[in-house]
Amino acid sequence: MKLGKRLAGLAMLALTLGFAGQAVAAEPIKIGVYLPLTGQNAFGGQLELEGIQLAHKQMPTVLDRPIELVVVDNKSDKVEAANAVKRLTERDKVVALIGTYGSSLAMAGAEITEKAKIPGVGTSCTNPLVTMGKKYYFRACFIDPYQGAAAATYAFENLGFKKAAVLMDMTNDYAVGLANFFSRSFKKLGGEVVANLKYSSGDQDFTAQITELIAKKPDIVFMPAYFAEGAIIMKQARELGATFRLMGADAMDNPDTVKLAGKASEGFLHTTFPYDPTMPTMSGEAKKFTDAWKAAYPEKDTNVNGALGYNSYFMIYDAIKRAGSADPEAITKALAATKDLVTPLGTVSVNATHDAEMPVGIIEYKDGKRVYVGEVTPKQ
Amino acid sequence: MTLEMFFQHCFNALTLGSLYALIAIGYTMVYGILRLINFAHGDILMVGAYFVFFGTFAYGWPWGLAAILAIVGASIIGVAIERVAYRPLREAPRISALISAIAVSFFIESLAVVVFSGQPRPVLQPEWLISEWQLGQVRILKLTAFVPVMTAILVAVLLYVVYKTKPGLAMRAISKDIETTRLMGVRVDNIIAFTFCIGSALAAASGIMWALRYPQVHPYMGIMPGLKAFIAAVFGGIGSIQGAVIGGLALGFVEIMTVAFLPELSGYRDAFAFVLLVLVLVVKPTGLLGERMKEKI
Amino acid sequence: MRLNFTTLANILLILLVGGALWLVERHGLIGDYQIYIVKLIFINAILALSLNLIYGFTGLFSLGHAGFMAIGAYVGALCTLLPEQKEMMWILDPIIWPFSVLHTPFWVAVLAGGVVAMLFAFVIAVPVLRLGDDYLGIATLGFAEIIRVFIVNMSSITNGSLGIKGIPAEATLLTCYAWMIVTLIVLARLLFGNFGNVLRCIRDNEIAANVMGINVFNYKVLSFCLGAFFAGVGGALLGSHLSTIDPKMFNFLLTFNVLMFVVAGGLGSLTGSLLGAGIITVLLEWLRAIEEPMDFGLFEIPGIPGMRMVVFSLILLLIILFRREGIMGTRELTWKSLRRLGRKKA
Repeated sequence: MKLGKRLAGLAMLALTLGFAGQAVAAEPIKIGVYLPLTGQNAFGGQLELEGIQLAHKQMPTVLDRPIELVVVDNKSDKVEAANAVKRLTERDKVVALIGTYGSSLAMAGAEITEKAKIPGVGTSCTNPLVTMGKKYYFRACFIDPYQGAAAATYAFENLGFKKAAVLMDMTNDYAVGLANFFSRSFKKLGGEVVANLKYSSGDQDFTAQITELIAKKPDIVFMPAYFAEGAIIMKQARELGATFRLMGADAMDNPDTVKLAGKASEGFLHTTFPYDPTMPTMSGEAKKFTDAWKAAYPEKDTNVNGALGYNSYFMIYDAIKRAGSADPEAITKALAATKDLVTPLGTVSVNATHDAEMPVGIIEYKDGKRVYVGEVTPKQ
Repeated sequence: MTLEMFFQHCFNALTLGSLYALIAIGYTMVYGILRLINFAHGDILMVGAYFVFFGTFAYGWPWGLAAILAIVGASIIGVAIERVAYRPLREAPRISALISAIAVSFFIESLAVVVFSGQPRPVLQPEWLISEWQLGQVRILKLTAFVPVMTAILVAVLLYVVYKTKPGLAMRAISKDIETTRLMGVRVDNIIAFTFCIGSALAAASGIMWALRYPQVHPYMGIMPGLKAFIAAVFGGIGSIQGAVIGGLALGFVEIMTVAFLPELSGYRDAFAFVLLVLVLVVKPTGLLGERMKEKI
Repeated sequence: MRLNFTTLANILLILLVGGALWLVERHGLIGDYQIYIVKLIFINAILALSLNLIYGFTGLFSLGHAGFMAIGAYVGALCTLLPEQKEMMWILDPIIWPFSVLHTPFWVAVLAGGVVAMLFAFVIAVPVLRLGDDYLGIATLGFAEIIRVFIVNMSSITNGSLGIKGIPAEATLLTCYAWMIVTLIVLARLLFGNFGNVLRCIRDNEIAANVMGINVFNYKVLSFCLGAFFAGVGGALLGSHLSTIDPKMFNFLLTFNVLMFVVAGGLGSLTGSLLGAGIITVLLEWLRAIEEPMDFGLFEIPGIPGMRMVVFSLILLLIILFRREGIMGTRELTWKSLRRLGRKKA
């Protein structure tokens, strides 16, 4: 495999040298990628890398110059993420970079890109602080306040629930942020938040909180947990005979959710990005992406992280094309001006705070299977 | 709060408390005899749970067989740890043994990440354990009743071993004075290895119970239960088996009742447990049932 | 102060190293990454020295260091952040007055971090210092956890679990070095005088100290509070150095890291703490290479995530099994011992 690549490279080199008289070999445009390929976030990082590589295969050249991807593993570690970005900007001299899964990792990276004046596009870092006050950092996803508002809108408007409650991991910034944004929006819409219960990371017993929730009789409980914890909450809620619905956020979007929760996942809802293989109607771009994915990785299902990776690359590609130059400053300007770009995740525009605006998808678990039930645009 | 809700909370607390108690008695036994905080206790719990996961899930063995093999496996690991990491330090200052214990704990955790990967895995629950009884508004999972019963049985067995058998007598002698015990012809090394064997078996048993109640395994699953059980053991008076049971149950009740009675302060729950611990220590410096240690001049 | 060879040589060494660091930082002689490590070593040395005072010299088994560091780091960050930054960052609950307008120079922030940590230590000291050994350890650990729980919950001051980001990077190489020297000098002057003898006496035999008429409790409180002060200083510097802090980082693991610096260097040896902090910090960074894929030409070993901690805990175990007194034991690295070492070799 490797040898094959090298031989192909040699052949290419020979070809280029051979034709050197006719055409000047175009210098490649380097785009850096830093993702958690190992460590606790490896799962998401690997999926996103596959999406980026697929996009690279589809769009290998821009401005008649080949694009080269330089991939570095940030090992799910903040210090390693900062080192990785330093390496990409200083040693590899990339003109733009993509990354990463995990907001705290992206924040470490964004500090470096800001100093190096190189534009970066985050894949699935949803914390508002990632791009806050940053001139050079963008993202291909929406942010937590938006997602929290979407969850509230879906619960209030689409499902018609008037009484909600919140259960969150107090020590986790992602959960605390989302839970707060959900409560705020739900109250603004006219609903009532009847309870706000907390636990801390590493807790496995939620019986006290769930018993308390049952007594408060909410229609729906919003619990922005990670999938492993979320599965345990679902199980214990079922054991205690809870009748309220449970709703999570994009961190629940994991194939293992069903495996871990088993039957208790029935009726569970969560928000996610507007792409899913189970979508009833796919846009043209989404279908193109799905087909390309199936051709490239026949043994793997398409997934939302792959789509986000694809989109990150696509946004940079589009910005370079519009800027007509591979200069980092020009790319930054073009990225900020991204408008109505048609992507697998719908029509994307970059807003003032450098987030990609797109509708929020809703997944529901029915008969042990995840179903994409629709999209919602939050009423702020 | 309605009466039904109160009973529901009580049952929840009883289950959680007995799990803590089960972990705490393993801690307290090793501490009582060696004055060593065996930080790796929580990690042996994790290893035991993983053995069961692999036994039932990957190889499809029946539950009982997997559980027995897990307990045997964990005991062997416990004895090996004692031989390699604690025995050479028996005469050393206490801090050395403590750091050695923490190093072992790190080692087991990080090795588990490398070998098992960090992904959480689901544990199969036997069908008969997950059905429930309904008493009015109160729901009791059969498992919820099973955990305290198992804990009570294991405590009874342990008390029998420590107070009614020859090795138990030797254990108690070692805890008073290791040198004199050796002079009396007791094979101290063997008795200490036996202590670790029982301690690890208890850790594995509690790991299995834990995985039954919270059906997931992952490499760091032992840290929090281990730390909390240790607090429970100190609370009850470390070294005392009865104290560990009382401490474990008390901690379970504090954790559940804080949320039950003061839901808006549920974020401060862990602080309540620690404040209670410090209060008990200030009033009774060796815990509720701990022996007063005489200062030697 | 008598001016003898030792004092002169010490002053000269301090100035020489300071000058070298100044040149390095000014002219960018070494890379950012190296500067990052050296700063971390200085900060870790402050932390190790402060814990060594409490545990190594006074014999108080305290596991609450991370709590004092957290207080120092949060006070330091609240003092140095600009009011605009605070307004923007506290997205859950707006920050309350007077913290919203607080803004001080960096040295005041570091000092304030130390002082507030010391005040907390004083409040804690009165109930817990009556406990012995392991009980003291678990009670101080408990207090560190309580501090963390409060930081998580008091989001209108601390921004809760979201933490504080973009703390101004005012902890330069020279600042960190200066604070380490201050810590070292203060502790050395105290510990190699009568105060130090009293503390060592308490550590080795508390009852004897009591009988001799020493007010053991007062000395314990004094040592504990002083240690907490420097832990707070170290925490404030660490916050500025890393530029982000959150409650999760101040867990038991951090206390344990500091304890390791002290034990590796030698309990009851100040120079040992410096060496321990330096060596272990470098070791931890150097071990990152273990997780890289290794290319041996013919075959390639893929990087194994998590290997770093496996190897690190093994090294730790080997150190404690085969050289448990640490690098220095209770000895100090002095000019005299260096000269003796030189003579032996010659």
